[in-house]
Amino acid sequence: MSQMTIHLKIWRQEGPDTKGAFENHTLDTVNEHMSFLEMLDVLNEELILAGNEPFEFDYDCREGICGSCNLVINGRAHGPKRLTAACQLHMRNFKDGDSIVIEPARAAAFPVIKDLVVDRSAFDRIIAAGGYITVRTGSAPEANSIPVELEDSTFSFDYAACIGCGACVAACPNSSASLFTAAKLSHLNRLPQGEPEREKRVVAMVEQMEKEGFGDCSNYGECEAVCPKGISIASIAEMRRNYIKATIAG
Amino acid sequence: MPSLLKALSSQVGRKLLTGLTGVALIVFIVVHLVGNLTLFGPPDAFNIYAYKLHSLGPLLWLAEIGLVAVFAIHSYIGLSIWWNRRKARPQKYHVYSSKGAPSRQSLSSKSMAFTGVVMLIFIVFHVRAFKYGETTMTSIPGVDYPVKDLKALVITSFLDPVMAFAYTFVMMLLGVHLGHGIWSAMISLTLSNPQRSAAVYTAGTIIAALLSVGFLFIPLYIYFTGGQGALIQY
Repeated sequence: MSQMTIHLKIWRQEGPDTKGAFENHTLDTVNEHMSFLEMLDVLNEELILAGNEPFEFDYDCREGICGSCNLVINGRAHGPKRLTAACQLHMRNFKDGDSIVIEPARAAAFPVIKDLVVDRSAFDRIIAAGGYITVRTGSAPEANSIPVELEDSTFSFDYAACIGCGACVAACPNSSASLFTAAKLSHLNRLPQGEPEREKRVVAMVEQMEKEGFGDCSNYGECEAVCPKGISIASIAEMRRNYIKATIAG
Repeated sequence: MPSLLKALSSQVGRKLLTGLTGVALIVFIVVHLVGNLTLFGPPDAFNIYAYKLHSLGPLLWLAEIGLVAVFAIHSYIGLSIWWNRRKARPQKYHVYSSKGAPSRQSLSSKSMAFTGVVMLIFIVFHVRAFKYGETTMTSIPGVDYPVKDLKALVITSFLDPVMAFAYTFVMMLLGVHLGHGIWSAMISLTLSNPQRSAAVYTAGTIIAALLSVGFLFIPLYIYFTGGQGALIQY
């Protein structure tokens, strides 16, 4: 097991209204099997033991399924590896002596709460605007009473994979939330359960996305490249198709 | 449901308009290029083409007004997107890099605003030089009064190295703009899917390159042959 020395340049910011700055730290005991977040745990432990303040960063499952982590590592959301969330990125993807710059996702719609933690409640408000279906509450419905075409359920599942981490926004040169919004729409729009609100949903969610201050989509496709779940920008085309049908061509 | 105007000014509506006006501009430049290439046809072909175009009268004015509107919408939305991106990310990244394929970040996509603005400025000079430029008169078959010798205007203009190379440079920028533009328009007009995406992108860059080379061939050919090349008949 080889030990690595890693030079870190990490964003430190006290709060939303304070000016942040980079801090440099060097870790000499990085193990190649550590995940990126475990490496940060080691750094924080050293900082705490020395009486310094640790760096705040978001995480929960550390299994790549919750969407809590969203670090921008050397200028790339979730780091260098494709289809991998920062928590599943291992230090073997770096070399001994590497310098790594860690920044929070930067977007007006994602204000920094502290250090590397940003407020992604704008995503929650986009979901709340229309990312739901109307169902009868009470006992669970009979599973086979609503037939769903295999093609539609597969399509829906592909987009349900979105974990809402915000890497798409972080990586987009325009800070657009189109991939996130489109994924949520594609998840619901083709299912019979999502059909009744399809038009209302796309209009409400597109409006909310804009209201939150996310930028326009210029079809750079960077969002798809950084998405840990590989959500395709075809969903953005689908979102546009549905929006245009609901408003302009409807 | 939002009004038509509100829908068109939404992020989706704006991209739809950018895509539609983009396609209209591509149709325009294809027609423009075909017209230009009549320079290499029979001796009077270019001047006959220009004469026929001008004799359309009110129809041509209508087309010109439409074209100005299309240019205005396309540039306005394009520039507002560029402006909005600064608002959407007030604090820039210290380090930023693309993660590579399937990202379409390239010299082309990153320079859309720059190439667009250069072409917009270019159009002003271009129209002044060729639409309102002064030239000698000539006669063409079937017309019993003298017409402007635009062929001579084009050829003498491109004998000037500054003109020839400035045009070549701008036409290269046109190719760079369309390299991302054609593909992006297809996505904005929702005409792409994951299976077709790579093919649409490749087709877009090939069309962009062909259009660019088609346009820049003319000033370069005239400059390097001194207007006396075998392809131009007098």
